[in-house]
Order: sequence, then C-alpha cells, then structure tokens
Amino acid sequence: MSTREGFFDRSRTVAPPSWSRWLIPPAALSIHLSIGQAYAWSVFKPPLESSMNLSGKGSALPFQLAIVMLGLSAAFGGTLVERKGPRWAMFVSMACFSSGFLISALGMALSQYWLVVFGYGFVGGIGLGIGYISPVSTLVKWFPDRPGMATGIAIMGFGGGALIASPWSTQMLSSFGTDKGGIAETFLVHGIVYAVFMSFGALLVRVPAPDWLPAGWDPRQVAEKPLVTNANVSARNALRTPQFWCLWVVLCLNVTAGIGILEKAAPMITDFFAHTSAPVSASAAAGFVALLSLSNMLGRLGWSAFSDVIGRKNIYRFYLGAGALIYLIIALTQNAGKPVFIICAVVILSFYGAGFSTIPAYLKDLFGSYQVGAIHGRLLTAWSVAGVAGPLIIDGIADAQKNAGKTGPALYTESIYIMIGLLVIGFIANELVRPVHTKHHETPMEAPEQAPASAGKGE
Amino acid sequence: MTMAATEQDRTNRIPLMILAWAWVTLPFLYGVFELIRKVAQLFNG
Repeated sequence: MSTREGFFDRSRTVAPPSWSRWLIPPAALSIHLSIGQAYAWSVFKPPLESSMNLSGKGSALPFQLAIVMLGLSAAFGGTLVERKGPRWAMFVSMACFSSGFLISALGMALSQYWLVVFGYGFVGGIGLGIGYISPVSTLVKWFPDRPGMATGIAIMGFGGGALIASPWSTQMLSSFGTDKGGIAETFLVHGIVYAVFMSFGALLVRVPAPDWLPAGWDPRQVAEKPLVTNANVSARNALRTPQFWCLWVVLCLNVTAGIGILEKAAPMITDFFAHTSAPVSASAAAGFVALLSLSNMLGRLGWSAFSDVIGRKNIYRFYLGAGALIYLIIALTQNAGKPVFIICAVVILSFYGAGFSTIPAYLKDLFGSYQVGAIHGRLLTAWSVAGVAGPLIIDGIADAQKNAGKTGPALYTESIYIMIGLLVIGFIANELVRPVHTKHHETPMEAPEQAPASAGKGE
Repeated sequence: MTMAATEQDRTNRIPLMILAWAWVTLPFLYGVFELIRKVAQLFNG
C-alpha cells in the first residue's frame, strides 16, 4: 500500500483513546457547511444570464445537474464511502466540489458555458453526494447514545451552508463585478476557500476504535427500546426489507409536503393576503422566505435531538400527523390573518428540515451502524423524487387555478389538501415500520467493526 | 498508554477543540446574522 493510500485509509483514522468525540461534529460541519452552498446557486443566476445571454432554465442547469449527481453519487457511492472511511470520502468531496468551481471559473474565463455545467453540475455534484453522506456513519458510531443530535448537527450544516454562501457570494460578485471576468474570479475564490475549509474537516475526522463506547453508556439499555437494534444489516440487504421502503415513502412524502411551501413561499404569502387590508410587500415576502430558512435549519437540530428522547417512530408520527393538521389549519383559516399563516408555515418547515436530519438515526436504529451511511445514500433517492414532485404539484395546480380565473388563497387550496393526503400516507407508512427480521442481520464476521465492546473514555 | 498520559493528551487538545469549533461557528454566525437582518424585513415591510 502506498503512503498516499495509507493517509486516507480508514485504519489511519482510528482515534487514540484521548481523542474527544466532540471534535467530530466540527469535522462534519466543515463539509456540510461548504456543500450547502448548492442552495445559494440562485445568487449566480442573474449575472450568468446577463453575461452569457442565457435563459432562466439555462442558468439553472448547473444546479439541476448537481442535484441529480448528488442523488446518484450518494446512492451508488455509499458502499465505497463505508469501505474507504470518512477521511477518504471527505477528501474526495473536497476535491470534486472545489474542482467544480475551478472548472467553472475556467469556463467563464473562456466563455464556454458547458464547462460551468460540467464543472459545477457534474464534478461538483459528485462532491455534494459523497460529502453529504461522508460523516453520517462516523457520527452515529461516535454518538450511539445520541445519534439524532449528532446527525442533526451535521445536516443542520447543510441548511446553514446556503446562509453563509448567499451573502458571501453576493458581496464577492459586487466586488469583482458581474461580467464574465468577475464571475470567473468569484468561482476561483470559492474553489480555493472551500478547498481549505473542507480540508480541515478531512484532517480532523477520526473513526472510533472498534471497542470504543461512550463512558457510562451501555448498549443493552438502548437495545431494550422498541425498534432499536444492536445487530447490523448491510446496505444490500437493507434494500430487501419493507422497513427501508417504508422509510423511503416517509422521507419522500415529508419532503414533498415541505418543499411545496419552501419553493413557493414568496408568491404564496403575497397571494394569500393580496385582497386583505394588509397586503404583503416584496421585502416582507423576502423576510418570510428567510424566516422559513431559519426554521428549516433549526428544525434539523432541535427536533432531531428531541427524537433521542421520544424515539424515532414517535417523532415521525409528530412530523407527519401534526404536519397534516397544520396544513388543515391553513386551509380552514384562510382569513385568520398573517400570524396564524406564518406560524403554521414555520412549524411545517421545521418538520421538513427535521425529516432529513432524523432519518439517519432512524436507519441506525433499524439497521445498525455497520453500513448506515450507504443505506442513507440509497434512501436519498426519495429526496430526488420529492424535489420534482413537490414543486410540480404546487406550481401545476396554482397555474391551473390561475388560468381558471381564481385568485388569492384559492390558488393553493387544492394543493394543500393534496399535501394533507400525502402526509397521511406517510403517517401510515411510518406506522408499518417494524423491527427488521433477524434473517437480514450480518454475522459478527461480516461486520468486523462491531466487535465485542468494552467501556471506553467517552467525552 | 497510561491514564496520566491520556489525560495529558486530552488537555493538550483543548486548543484544537477551540479552533475546530471556531472554524465552523464563526462563518455560521455570519450567515445567521445576515439571515436575521432579512427576517426583520418581514416585520418592518
């Protein structure tokens, strides 16, 4: 084995006894805060359209390809990520994501837009997918006592990435200019800064020793909880279980219900109160969108951490059941005023974010930590489907209602009832989740990192 | 490794812990600050 391979190898990242597990969340965050930039792509759309003479669809192409590549690389690269370890995965993510920006910078400098699409969309998108799943498995192994909180921190970072990138990219474009040269310089700086920022995470990350356990924590206590297992299921076997597909439906429908509001937030609040005594201004609508982003992000940490207390099945009952009821409140109280509408939307968006961040812990409960990252990667295909379905439902129905001459809240009433129906189906899918049959469990030989554990020095 | 050496290692890593959390928290706070400025528009606009 060469020195280079050795440095990135899983065996080189095993933590010494003195290593603190609280160094792992910052390592994970350095990746997720970076790749979360993807949701701030819209900052680049207007300057790209004016400088390269592109349509709106054309300027969205790099982002759309990046999201497709995120889903594909997470689904197909998950097993490799598990085998090679988190440092390798984080390094690959960093190399792809940063190279994507550098290729895009070259594309802008040469006026070759296809290089931007290839760089940011294809190469950068692989970095998104590998980066998204890279810390999940490691975090649940370091925090077997609080997996919901641990994955909540990391996946909150994905939401936080856009919060950082949006104002930062805007300021950089105003400094360098919005012509081709200015955009090229902006992409170049992004590529370099993200390479440095993400490298820190790759250097910092460690996997726990095989016999490591948090101080004072006994896995037998956890195994006594319903639906939580100490056994392990491989990614290949997980796909053969009904539990995986129930969770796929749960994630898909929970995301569909949230993304519908998120994508149409500004026009929705404007339309809802267009014919009232207090219509919503454009700047207030922008503030509403920002409030939803904040709620989406805080929900990822808060609700996911709470799931460690009340259990994963119960928290999804809450997301899906309460989500359906809140949508019903919006539908039935269309003239109740802004506070009710805003509070309802904020809570729904907190459930949307939480649905993402709690799912790795749910997978760990059901399938063990052996290949949880790879299983999570495959489950993210539900996100890709929801990303298409949610906006399609809301946009399609709103357009049809507008063509039928309707205005105001009536544009969205039908969509809201569809969302309620989807959440009810998701609720039923969650109710169908049962412990995984023992025939799918790995033997200890097949899951070597799950060797008999001895108490370690946790924090 | 003795218990005393482990404890010493742990103490030596406190600066790394501070650096690691500052590395991610400072940019994050910048993002949250900018976001809160936008949220204020909802109530002022």
